[in-house]
Amino acid sequence: MPKFAAAARPALADTGLRRALRGTTAQLRGRAAAAAAEPADWEDLREAGRAIGEEALLNLDVHLEDLERAVTEAGGTVHWAADAAEARRVVTGLVRASEAREVLAAASLTLREIGLDGALARAGVAVQETALGDLAVRLGEDEPSHPLSPAAHRDRAGIAELFRRAMPAAGADLPDDPEALAAAARAHLRERFLRARVAVTGANFLVAETGTAVVVESEGNARMCLTLPETLICVAGIDKVVPTWDDMEVFLQLLPRASTGDRMTPYVSSWTGVTPGDGPRAFHLVLLDNGRTRALADEVGRAALRCVGCSACLNVCPVYERTGGRPYGPVHQGPIGAILTPQLRGVESAAMASLPYASTLCGACADVCPVKIDIPDVLVHLRGLVVDSRRRRPVPPPEMVLMRGLAWTMGDPRRHAAVLRRGTRWARLLSRGGRIRRLPGLLGAWTEARDLPAPPAESFRAWWDRTRA
Amino acid sequence: MTAREEMLRRVREALGGSRGAHPPVPRGYARRLTGPQAATRADVVALFTERVADNRAAVRHVGADELGTAVAAALWGREAKRIAVPADLPFGWLAELDGVRALADTPALDLDALAAVDGVVTGCAAAVARTGTVVLDGGRAQGRRALTLVPGYHLCVVHADQIVGTVPEAVTRLDPARPLTWISGPSATHGVEGVRAEGVHGPLHLEVLVVED
Ligand code: SF4
Repeated sequence: MPKFAAAARPALADTGLRRALRGTTAQLRGRAAAAAAEPADWEDLREAGRAIGEEALLNLDVHLEDLERAVTEAGGTVHWAADAAEARRVVTGLVRASEAREVLAAASLTLREIGLDGALARAGVAVQETALGDLAVRLGEDEPSHPLSPAAHRDRAGIAELFRRAMPAAGADLPDDPEALAAAARAHLRERFLRARVAVTGANFLVAETGTAVVVESEGNARMCLTLPETLICVAGIDKVVPTWDDMEVFLQLLPRASTGDRMTPYVSSWTGVTPGDGPRAFHLVLLDNGRTRALADEVGRAALRCVGCSACLNVCPVYERTGGRPYGPVHQGPIGAILTPQLRGVESAAMASLPYASTLCGACADVCPVKIDIPDVLVHLRGLVVDSRRRRPVPPPEMVLMRGLAWTMGDPRRHAAVLRRGTRWARLLSRGGRIRRLPGLLGAWTEARDLPAPPAESFRAWWDRTRA
Repeated sequence: MTAREEMLRRVREALGGSRGAHPPVPRGYARRLTGPQAATRADVVALFTERVADNRAAVRHVGADELGTAVAAALWGREAKRIAVPADLPFGWLAELDGVRALADTPALDLDALAAVDGVVTGCAAAVARTGTVVLDGGRAQGRRALTLVPGYHLCVVHADQIVGTVPEAVTRLDPARPLTWISGPSATHGVEGVRAEGVHGPLHLEVLVVED
């Protein structure tokens, strides 16, 4: 994975993408703000959501054992996966045993995280995405740019174009209004839903006390996946655990309003193990760690594990609105991705170390987060960790060399003035049309994420001396 | 070490000294409706109706004695010829049907048969006024989950006394051991430009009949 700033450059240059994203985020942002403003007890709900999340994490081992017991008693099977490879192995094994050639997928962030598609493809099993946005991303052979609206980087014309090519039944004159596109996706997937034998989904919440899995969605594709096939495999991070069934009264109010601005999402499904005569005959729950316990070990950073995946923080983020999701990496995007991903994977690599800097620290994300994750606070904390991990390196990082040099230069007025004069001449040589795209050598890191205006021909001090002295 | 033991060990180690702490959970949020929305039972029912309509579902009030006629009228309105119904749907609900065939889901209809009907009629387990939601739990008059998922049109009968004010009231009433489906309007997507569009995989049309007994 490249560093954030490098990955963001092409996105910044793509005006079509920026227009599409601005449209989507503005839509969702406006709806969510109106919805959150409505109930008088919104702040009380947020406070409860924050506290329940904290309680869930501080007793996670106990809750996981309770969850396993309850799911097993209700006729389900629980699998544990310490990393992505283990999760892939478990799921591939289950799919193989079912002898299905195709599986349906829904609510697929964790599925992306473990790279399930590739693993199943190697086992000769095709994965069929079922949500409209995921379907468009798959057909376009690109990466999702928003967790709830994976095709947010495409406008309606672009999606219609993909559908016309991939769904001959929809007709070459498929109009590009959202309703017509929804209808085309419906027709395209119908037959597959009715024949499917295995489905793989994520879960929004896992209730420890009762062993209940909860999925919140609006299209009905997840309902199809968790209702029609014989075998249901659910892959969920251990951070999805909530202690008690009653806690759902809080999250079922917070999540819909924060994410799409609905008072309630069109469909909420919950199930406990298997129910004879209703839904799948086999239910497998795969509990995924894959770096979550690493995040849990950080007392400040663990707040990120409270995330309920509403995407409100993305919709208000000025950086995300311009770069889209892809520079953040394939799974967790936007402000929450910037704090969650480096914790899951460690800050040692350059790409991970760049993520905590992909923010202006404006604080909009913290204001909207329904479970009160202080994202800027965690960003600053992680920047500290990045600096610490650098400091331990044998070769000092460029910033440090630069700062030491600056301290020496600025410690003496004459030295300072001389350097300013020389620097100005060099900088003007580097500039194109008054802007410097890239500083040379060690200074290059600073211009990675910003252009630098060329300095004026004369410093302020020099001007003062010339005109006033 | 199994993955299970490994993960539990990592969790315990990660939490260290803070493990097992129980910070208090402040539950100052509203458990019930207050103010004019809940002054009388009729206000709660009125709020439910308003919110169901906000969710872009059709909604109507009927007296208990008019239910049969109302069900028939709704189905005629949609030009339904064949519908599916849970095996234990009260007989009276369908008493006025004329020219509409009702297939009882016993033995269970296969998926192709479900996909071919023009609609489904069910009751519900509870309903939430504040959000305009009906909740099905597979209990009386509701049938299995596939029944209200595959057909394109769902007519749901809600008795006024099943309507509670808030989500917390509904959560308390419902049994998580049963498969629950909370339905707030027809299937919808935000997949194209973040604009809400109706009708993807779930029912395209939801219609609610509120029965005032
Ligand atoms: S961090 Fe908060 S606002 Fe962002 S997706 Fe998670 S819950 Fe939503």
